[in-house]
Amino acid sequence: MATKPFKTPIYLDHAATTPCDPRVVEAMLPYFTEVYGNTGSRNHRFGWEAEAGTDNAREQVAALLGADEKEVVFTSGSTESNNLAIKGAAYMYEKNPAGSGKPRGHIISCIIEHKAVLDPCKRLQKEGFEVTFLEPGRDGIVTAEMVKGALREDTILVSLMWANNEIGTINEVPQIGALCHEREVIFHTDATQWAGKMPVDVNKDNIDLLSMSGHKIYGPKGVGALYVRRRRPRVRLQALADGGGQERGFRPGTLNVPGIVGLGKACEIALAEMDRDGLRLLAMRRRLEDSITSRLDTCQVNGHREKRLPHIANISFGFVEGESLMMAIKEIACSSGSACTSASLEPSYVLKGLGIGDDLAHSSLRLSLGRWTTDEQVDYAIDKIVQSVQKLRTLSPLYDMHKEGIDLSKVVWGVH
Amino acid sequence: MAYGPKIIDHYENPRNVGNFGTQSDVKTRKDIGVGLVGAPECGDVMQLQIKVDPATGRIEDAKFKCFGCGSAIASSSLATEWLKGRSLDEGLAIKNTQIVEELSLPPVKIHCSVLAEDAIRAAIADYRVKNGLAVETATA
Repeated sequence: MATKPFKTPIYLDHAATTPCDPRVVEAMLPYFTEVYGNTGSRNHRFGWEAEAGTDNAREQVAALLGADEKEVVFTSGSTESNNLAIKGAAYMYEKNPAGSGKPRGHIISCIIEHKAVLDPCKRLQKEGFEVTFLEPGRDGIVTAEMVKGALREDTILVSLMWANNEIGTINEVPQIGALCHEREVIFHTDATQWAGKMPVDVNKDNIDLLSMSGHKIYGPKGVGALYVRRRRPRVRLQALADGGGQERGFRPGTLNVPGIVGLGKACEIALAEMDRDGLRLLAMRRRLEDSITSRLDTCQVNGHREKRLPHIANISFGFVEGESLMMAIKEIACSSGSACTSASLEPSYVLKGLGIGDDLAHSSLRLSLGRWTTDEQVDYAIDKIVQSVQKLRTLSPLYDMHKEGIDLSKVVWGVH
Repeated sequence: MAYGPKIIDHYENPRNVGNFGTQSDVKTRKDIGVGLVGAPECGDVMQLQIKVDPATGRIEDAKFKCFGCGSAIASSSLATEWLKGRSLDEGLAIKNTQIVEELSLPPVKIHCSVLAEDAIRAAIADYRVKNGLAVETATA
């Protein structure tokens, strides 16, 4: 093979996290050593300068979301934002108090949400709230129609992600938001994979609460934001922590000034470069998917064919297992839905949730492209994946049986 | 998953990959014992075929195919190596713990060695059934 014009392993796991943009790092640096004040110090220059940094960042985040800067609450990332949004809204808007014997309120979410949404919902279930987890169809998309069918008199909150982290599918967020506003239900969206990649306008998109994270958009880890609508309707939340009253009491604690400055800069860059990056990544993702599926039989792209983020491809390969495939393509850093790559030994609940079958869930790869992914890297990944699947199929008893015309779904397997 | 060198070696250079014929071919062959264990939805399927010399009763050749993780491929590859030259009873003496030890399988992968032991037992039982031999053994 010719000398590769890039180093291996190549990074195709941008849905997990992204490298920090050097422009972001540059913006952050002074805030560690020079502008190190506490934004709460109101009576000296150090505090004022730090606050000027976070104020600027608040404007940058607000600009990305089409929001007012007063509607931005800085957090440690999307997990915290989701917890604050879901639990904070549930506790604030409960219909019946705990211990009354009646449901405290009804919440709508979905079975293929991220754990940072599912687990707060499950905690609320234990605490007396009722939660409906919608089941999307095989295309992975939650529609306004599905939400409409689940709304009840006592529904207080709908929490649905904008785009799925494993398969990249896009829910009908503006339509769901409109429905929620019509029915006077709070609408939260986990936009971790969407914001900074695709356009957001919290007003046009009818969003009340929106979670986002710095490290998914070429910003630093450990910082994120929650958008909290202030007008029509004014959304109130019960804070999850008590303390010094920062972030209008929603999220007390000394502000992570360098992180927040980095998040702001990442949002500014994302807003300026979103259109160009999106088109480039979409062309690249399509080439990746089309090349692999045309060169290999029995493989499929998971999720809706078109309504997906430009940078996430999730592909299942029949008759090979995900972890062994990951071992074969160790020069490519990516994720698998295989049980063997997770601590739980369960295959991806997202892929299972689409009803694609455990066997195909075990044999899936998620490849997610980023700002510095090159055509050469994509070509390399295509060749490597195709060759590795072919090699593993020579080892696979299932591929032999498939070629012999045996219907694997009709074989009675020994339970193990 | 960070694997030890022996697993990597068996994964990258699997020994005795293949079969002695299609599923329908080997079904009727009396000198071949077939073990097919696991299930696709569990993420592991092992197919082990042994070829027995009727004169000596020894396993003269063994072949495998495996759908599974690196540990499952390594465990089945190792099983074929160990089976060659053994009598059927000696084959049944192979225990999953020996496979764990030889490959330094991490605890979360012990089920792969269990599956390999199951495949060995199934292949030997298949041969014995085809040849009218008692399947019960003292080593079980």
